[in-house]
Amino acid sequence: MTATETHRAIDAVWRIESPKLIAGLARIVRDVGLAEDLAQDALVAALEQWPGSGIPRNPGAWLMGTAKHRAIDLLRRNTMLERKHEALGYELEARREATARDLEASMNERQDDVGDDLLRLIFTACHPVLSTEARVALTLRLLGGLTTAEIARAYLVSEPTIAQRIVRAKRTLAEKRVPFEVPAGAEREARLSSVLEVIYLIFNEGYSATAGDDWMRPSLCEDALRLARILAELAPQEPEVHGLAALLEIQASRSRARVGPSGEPIVLFDQNRALWDHLLIRRGLAALARAEALGGARGPYVLQASIAACHARARAPEETDWPAIVRVYDELAALVPSPVVELNRAVAVAMAHGPQAGLDIIDTLIAEPSLQRYHFLPTVRGDLLTRLGRYEEARPELERAASLTQNARERELLLERARKLPG
Amino acid sequence: MRYMCLYKPGKETDAPPTAEEMAAMGQLIEEMARTGVLVATDGLQSSKKGARVKISNGKFTVTDGPFTETKELIAGFAIVNVNSKEEAIELTKRFLSVVGEGESEIRAMHDVPAYAS
Repeated sequence: MTATETHRAIDAVWRIESPKLIAGLARIVRDVGLAEDLAQDALVAALEQWPGSGIPRNPGAWLMGTAKHRAIDLLRRNTMLERKHEALGYELEARREATARDLEASMNERQDDVGDDLLRLIFTACHPVLSTEARVALTLRLLGGLTTAEIARAYLVSEPTIAQRIVRAKRTLAEKRVPFEVPAGAEREARLSSVLEVIYLIFNEGYSATAGDDWMRPSLCEDALRLARILAELAPQEPEVHGLAALLEIQASRSRARVGPSGEPIVLFDQNRALWDHLLIRRGLAALARAEALGGARGPYVLQASIAACHARARAPEETDWPAIVRVYDELAALVPSPVVELNRAVAVAMAHGPQAGLDIIDTLIAEPSLQRYHFLPTVRGDLLTRLGRYEEARPELERAASLTQNARERELLLERARKLPG
Repeated sequence: MRYMCLYKPGKETDAPPTAEEMAAMGQLIEEMARTGVLVATDGLQSSKKGARVKISNGKFTVTDGPFTETKELIAGFAIVNVNSKEEAIELTKRFLSVVGEGESEIRAMHDVPAYAS
């Protein structure tokens, strides 16, 4: 194996092993930042040694062993240092020694609860004490195994920006003494929705890039999908986790169909359904079935997945069960009322009961302050007015939508539609 | 990107896997599912139960199994969603360590259109 090949192979091992490594170390040292540093040290050791010695048969165990030795060294060194400075009384010193012993004992524990450690790591990386941006960056880094450079590229920001964001996030976790644990009781639900939100945000950033010239950044979608699948394995009793997984699987199933040959977006209704990925659809429908089998009230992700599933089940656009979709939107709007949900409900109503019925709902949203800069409102309004033959009114709506979207491809498409209107 | 990994044991056997083999494979599949990479996987039954369908000059020929050239026979497959070919190779090594014998062919799938960027 050449040096380059070995490095690539090490990258691959790192991506597979690093979340487990960091999670296991974080349980031992109770500090996510320190755990990541130790894992990085082990990676550096691998990069130094493996090109000569070859990749060990069980690379994960090698990395873990190396990192644990560093952890013990570090702890002993700190103890020595503190002794030297005589900052410690006898009692404290004895406790340090005990900690070192505990540490060695916990290191020798069997690796049965890797899953629990990973779940703790996800909850910690998505802790509400962090800003949303920080949660996203930390999750991609710690759970997705992405490098700072890869995250920076995906979000079109500079590498130092992401590096700083991650450093700050780790410091905040340490300063606020965020415990490395899976929250229980009343806290659990709120914390879980923070986790789901982070994964959903990552997916959406990839699926409908808010900035830049490309309509999609597929690698982010894949990272989010991977995270959702991991979470579904780790927390199988949570219907919303399966709901999110279902939603992402079904949305990802349309990736191939929603971009045209020159990169232009193709809306759901115009997509070539033969290009949909039926393996992902099947996985999505299975995840939705699991969520529904768990029972209880349907949460927002399960509801959104149900809507996506209605589309996925229709072999042709005209086979879409719009009245069923309207019913799910009614449920969603009652559960999490928001102008955006209302806007989407209006689209479904227009399909089920005609453009005028949709427009009646849209017109109640025009004054909505939160939608003033949202391009989808004039897009839909322009579309419904077109279908009603009111082209003179439709044109300025489409032009306004074009001026509001941040996405270059979508802007072109909207302007073209405005130009092609009759009259 | 997605890869299909095709497993060729090099020989065909009717013996069902032992409980130990099943357990080891179950653990591997669970671990792969837990890292979010496994999209689909399954094992294939003996070629005795299969057939080959050929078309040549517009004419079909159907040959029932078992097939004799066992070296190329596929006994199972996995579709993994990973970031590099090296990652697929690493996962395949883990799979082969569990089964002990044989070879796997790793092929990139056509995810391309939307992924061209």
